[in-house]
Amino acid sequence: MLQLSGNKDSQEVEGTLVDLRRGDAAILDRIDLPGDEARRLMELGFLPGARITAGFSAPGGDPRVFQVDGSEIALRRETARRLRTRPINKRKR
Amino acid sequence: MSACDSCHGCGTTSLAELPVPPEALGAGARTVALVGPPNSGKSTLFNRLTGLRQKVANFPGVTVEQHTGIAELPGGRAVRVIDLPGIYSLTPRTEDEQVAYDVLTGRRSDTPKPEAILLVLDSTNLGRHLMLAAPILALGVPTLVILNMADDLRSREGHVDVAALSAQLGAPVALISARQGEGVNQVFEFLSGALAKPSPLELPVLQDVPKCRAWAGRVGERAGYQSPAPPEWTRRLDSFFLHPVIGPIVFALVVLGVFETLFTAAVPLMNGVDWLFKVSGAWLGTTLPASGFRSLVVDGVWKGVGSVVVFLPQVLLLFLFIGILEDSGYLARAALIADRTMAKVGLQGRSFIPLLSAHACAVPAILATRTIENKRDRMATILVAPFMTCPARLQVYTLIIAAFVPERALFGVFSSRAAALLGLYLLGFTAAVATAKALKSSVLKSGKTQFMLEMPSYRWPTLQSLGLRLLDRSKVFLQRAGTVILLVMVILWGLSNVPRHGGQAPPIEQSVAGQIGHLMEPAIRPMGFNWKIGIGLVTSLAARETIVGTLGEIYGMDPETQKDGLQQALRRDMPIGSAVALLIFFAFAMQCISTIAVVRRETGGWKWPALQFAYMSVLAYAGAFLAFHLIH
Repeated sequence: MLQLSGNKDSQEVEGTLVDLRRGDAAILDRIDLPGDEARRLMELGFLPGARITAGFSAPGGDPRVFQVDGSEIALRRETARRLRTRPINKRKR
Repeated sequence: MSACDSCHGCGTTSLAELPVPPEALGAGARTVALVGPPNSGKSTLFNRLTGLRQKVANFPGVTVEQHTGIAELPGGRAVRVIDLPGIYSLTPRTEDEQVAYDVLTGRRSDTPKPEAILLVLDSTNLGRHLMLAAPILALGVPTLVILNMADDLRSREGHVDVAALSAQLGAPVALISARQGEGVNQVFEFLSGALAKPSPLELPVLQDVPKCRAWAGRVGERAGYQSPAPPEWTRRLDSFFLHPVIGPIVFALVVLGVFETLFTAAVPLMNGVDWLFKVSGAWLGTTLPASGFRSLVVDGVWKGVGSVVVFLPQVLLLFLFIGILEDSGYLARAALIADRTMAKVGLQGRSFIPLLSAHACAVPAILATRTIENKRDRMATILVAPFMTCPARLQVYTLIIAAFVPERALFGVFSSRAAALLGLYLLGFTAAVATAKALKSSVLKSGKTQFMLEMPSYRWPTLQSLGLRLLDRSKVFLQRAGTVILLVMVILWGLSNVPRHGGQAPPIEQSVAGQIGHLMEPAIRPMGFNWKIGIGLVTSLAARETIVGTLGEIYGMDPETQKDGLQQALRRDMPIGSAVALLIFFAFAMQCISTIAVVRRETGGWKWPALQFAYMSVLAYAGAFLAFHLIH
């Protein structure tokens, strides 16, 4: 990842679901939560590699609805913070 | 589970196996289970299949509710349908999943192992929902895979090849719309036909969620599944209901609207019921010959039961509201909006509806906590719900306030009586919030629980589903009025009519009821209560509002026709300090047998209701004691 690659390194924009504004999308990289909770999230569609779009939220931005795998799931900020994302790879056509 | 993995191969042979002829199972004996993820429309299908022939109970020993019903097949045979709780997977982690797993594998002694499974999936979200098909098909039980919401799939231009999917899964597949009744006959056909074990072409490793999801994707792809366009209407409505400014305003209007209807629109209906009881009571009074029996029927039974049945319109209206909010999908949005505020006292968005409902009645409110997945949050909500001001408290408040608070305008706008009433509402609310906070920072502390709430698409509620809910509620409510309240009224009447002297009922003070009141007096004296209030406290253990009728009876007057008389009697008999103490006592005390019973059922034992009763009683006693001594 530290090699020269010509494009903006993805490391720079790596973040968590909390960073997404409404309409933003990203790819889920990993879930930093204990097994059972990660599993429940995965069953709801939050699988590594899945494309997640931020949707509407409660006033104040917490909790926020995320569109994932055909469903809309609301997560609190404290949960969304544990879901690490990487940007959608635009190199592939 | 591992046994299922190893039976990969057997799937290919089971097609050749001869299915068990249905006649051999015996008519009416067949049990089938309805399984599916939350929001798959499972309950709608259950209502379609069973209609009025259903009942709700708890699985013994756990807090999971069990809906069973009878589905009548064409040809007159009947099938018992068990509606299992909504689950995302069959890995037994939550209580719901454990129950579903145990029922499906025949591990529960109280429920026969189902001979067939109806697996309900949302056809508009098949990629994810098909994941549940893997562990279900692996059970080797004859299964019909039901793709629900066919109407949605069509209108949003999705597509699935049912025959190809059926070949992939090795099980029959039906594309239906439970809401509209489309294709439901296929379910009946499956149930009356020969049952064969499923023989899927392949199954994933069940413990591995990503592999299960990949399998579901593959199967869907081979069945030509085209996911539908995003739900445009839902997005549009959400941009309104979840708008940063409009959203909370709509939310507030919905809450206010519910209250407004409960306390104003319900009044004519309640007056109507009240009138019916009065007229029929008067008719009974003139029809029956003058005797102890007439007194029992007219003064004891009819009046007592009537004083409770009056609340039926209010309770039904509340449930109509909740039903509409829930079935339409707005409730999930309301929970989302309320979540942050509820989080401040340690609760969560899903606690909001139970606490709102508790203003109509704690019993349905406690039943409504079932939607709270987190056990500790659910327990905390159950424990604080009975603090909310229910109409039974309202009756007591109204009587005491009318007797002791002079009608006066405050700041030119508010009436002093309305302000007193509002203060009592706030008192109950504050007690609930403080208790929740205390519970959540001590015994029910739950640090790392995650809040995950699926937002279903908006849908029109169906009349059938709303009607079934209201019917179910009425049944529960009238049962209570016909049993607990009736019994208390008869007993009170009996105790205040013995010992008889020369065929005459004794003066109330010398009756057994009066003696019980006197016996209690030392204990309640510190709160400023006399023996008459004592009898009222005893009878109100069954239901708070009973004290109104009891005091009326004790003060020798009919509370309905001479309410002014009762108010005057109270004013003469009680100092203002006692009256305030009485109000505070009622604001805090858990005087409701139905609530205690439902808490016991929902928490699976006597521990929590006992603690709750003790806590609320201590709070009520201390509050009343303080109030009496401060004002005295």
